Amino acid sequence: MNCEEAKKLVHAYVDRELDLVKSLELERHLTDCDTCSKEYAGLQALRSVVGSVYQKPSAQLQKRVMSAIRKDVGSEARPPVMSWRWLGVAASLVLLVFLSWGLFRVLSGSSSDEAIAREVVSSHVRSLMASHLTDVPSSDQHTVKPWFNGKLDFSPPVIDLADQGFPLAGGRLDYLNNKPVAALVYQRRMHLINLFIWPSPGERERPKPAETLNGYNVIHWYQSDMSCWAVSDLNAEELNEFVRLLKSKSAS
Amino acid sequence: MFKRSGERKEETVPDRIKREQFELSVLPHLGAAYNLARWLTRNDHDAEDVVQESYLRAYRFFGGFRGGDGRAWLLTIVRNTCYTWLQQNRPRELSDSIDDTADNIESDAPSPEAELIKNADGKMITRALEELPLEFKEILVLREMEGMSYKEIADMADIPLGTVMSRLARARKRLQQILAPTVAREA
Repeated sequence: MNCEEAKKLVHAYVDRELDLVKSLELERHLTDCDTCSKEYAGLQALRSVVGSVYQKPSAQLQKRVMSAIRKDVGSEARPPVMSWRWLGVAASLVLLVFLSWGLFRVLSGSSSDEAIAREVVSSHVRSLMASHLTDVPSSDQHTVKPWFNGKLDFSPPVIDLADQGFPLAGGRLDYLNNKPVAALVYQRRMHLINLFIWPSPGERERPKPAETLNGYNVIHWYQSDMSCWAVSDLNAEELNEFVRLLKSKSAS
Repeated sequence: MFKRSGERKEETVPDRIKREQFELSVLPHLGAAYNLARWLTRNDHDAEDVVQESYLRAYRFFGGFRGGDGRAWLLTIVRNTCYTWLQQNRPRELSDSIDDTADNIESDAPSPEAELIKNADGKMITRALEELPLEFKEILVLREMEGMSYKEIADMADIPLGTVMSRLARARKRLQQILAPTVAREA
């Protein structure tokens, strides 16, 4: 073995990473070569002096670490460890969550209304297709209203608008917005109007224009703690008139 | 028995088993964790903060620990936490990293006498070590103080085995070259 090779291998030898054959070769070289054996001695000296400045932790560190872990396990909330920077990050996260929650509330409010409107329209269409328009075919509000007794846990307002050109055709039990609801069917010439009603306590009137979904006009409003949806292929003007009449009649 | 109002909720059995296993396999290496953090941050308080943060991380990742050498596993986390900490608090120290492709200039110079090195006192050694670039410092801590194998260091620092060897040789030479004149002058 020459010095060049020995110089490369001496580190691995000091570190016990050299295989047996090479180690023996190197050892033989070190006994013969003064320069290389000095190199080896230098590395050993370095190891011992570097080892002498090993930094020992304070006695409290172990306690501190274990109590931090226990706290972390117990609360899943972490104490500020690194610096105030983390507190800033945490604060902005809280703010972000808060803001997105608010945004979610706003968006989900409108989108759930949107979803219900779609349900209302499909329910209206289904009622026309399946020849299941009414469970109780009657133009008499005093026949229709009691029919819902025992079928719903609320009593829907049934208003007679025959004199105004919207005769009652009957009532039906339907299922909307994940709950059983009352469906009242009114007529206007050849057009049918489905009026869906379910209790919605605490909701206040939010004036909203009629919207059009798949060619059907939909109007949504609240009255006396009920959520009301009128849907029809009737033109928007007459449907608005229908809703206006219902509101004024129920108020009187 | 009354509980203090500030007391945390009761520890569940799986939590206790996990904590006891953790205490057995990872907690004994607190000294190694602190030593590495102390050399990389060069400060008691920062080192303690980094160690605490590392242990919290280690505890959270403990489910992923598949037995074996708890020390190497923990030190990998400590090293990563140190680098994150340096990035946030002293980004400049990370910017002047060494060039592993550079010629091994250090090793061409003749080594100083072993006797000279042996005469260095703690202060001189500490100062010399702290002067070294981060990569040299950490490899010396891991190899000379912790006695970790080339393979363990390669895995931990995510560098090839050859880089571990050349880096270690350069780090040793550099340290000797800083130490020798200091010892010759001051001792």
